[in-house]
Amino acid sequence: METQEKVIKIVSEATKVDASNIKAETNFIDDLNLDSLDMVEMMMKMEEEFGVEIPEDKTEDLKTINDVTNFLKTMN
Amino acid sequence: MNVTYSDLENKIVLVTGATRGIGNAIAKSLAKNKAHVVFNYRSNPESAEALVKELKELGASNATALSFDMTDYESMKSSLDSFVKDHGSISGLVNNAGVSKDQLMMRVKPDDIDFIMDINLKSTMVLTNHLCRNFLKAKDVSVVNMSSVVGMMGNTSQSVYAASKAGLIGFTKSFAKELGSRKMRCNAIAPGFIETEMTADIADKAQEDYKKAIPMGEYGKTEDVTNLVLFLLSGASSYITGEVIKVDGGLYI
Repeated sequence: METQEKVIKIVSEATKVDASNIKAETNFIDDLNLDSLDMVEMMMKMEEEFGVEIPEDKTEDLKTINDVTNFLKTMN
Repeated sequence: MNVTYSDLENKIVLVTGATRGIGNAIAKSLAKNKAHVVFNYRSNPESAEALVKELKELGASNATALSFDMTDYESMKSSLDSFVKDHGSISGLVNNAGVSKDQLMMRVKPDDIDFIMDINLKSTMVLTNHLCRNFLKAKDVSVVNMSSVVGMMGNTSQSVYAASKAGLIGFTKSFAKELGSRKMRCNAIAPGFIETEMTADIADKAQEDYKKAIPMGEYGKTEDVTNLVLFLLSGASSYITGEVIKVDGGLYI
């Protein structure tokens, strides 16, 4: 599965928003109404799923699906 | 009277400052409730090992001693990380470690303030902060902060101590609000005079005066505090959060 597809699947499962409504430019806060604690949990799921560690200070820059996808690609 | 809560069985609970005083009584009461009791110690591995043995004999499903000083944050974090990796998530935390150095405000030195604030307030927040990710993965999380009735009413010669304990109340309420949506709870206990080694050192005349100020006329026993800790850690208090509960025989009404 492509990285972006996998990210969307994780976000969809966590937010209960249908995957077809989540695009590359979807913003976690503006479009999905996630709060800061939701974001932490989301990043923890990403870490588990992708086997990486996302530094706390980096999470502030990860605002969209695209941001996360690109960041994860740099980790691999 | 000792109470038991069946849901505390196998619950992993970290108690700071458990090698003596009220913390020690809390660790033992948790052991009797078959919890997995975790505590830290600063020095003396032999006495820590003896406490592990005692807790297991009292019924603890497991007991683990972690070697770290409350103000050595790196050692605290690595010790907690390796514990969680080996044993799983900590779902109960009793922030009990605390110190006092009573003296008139006019005699307090900046170092005295650092000493009390670092242990009573800062290290509690650093430790809790470090366990947040662990809490998000755990179930039935309950944090109990040991404040003091002095943090609510103030006391002569205890300005710094009172400030640190009042600080814990603000911390308790904020943390409860922050994590309430995840069904995690955080409460504070404010003991008054409880019979421990610390109160045994108070001169007889002063003891009499203190007791006169307590409507119930006597000091509390450690089990008066431990029973409340057990209640707050268990699901029996599942809808109580951000609360400060005094255990003081009416000292501060």
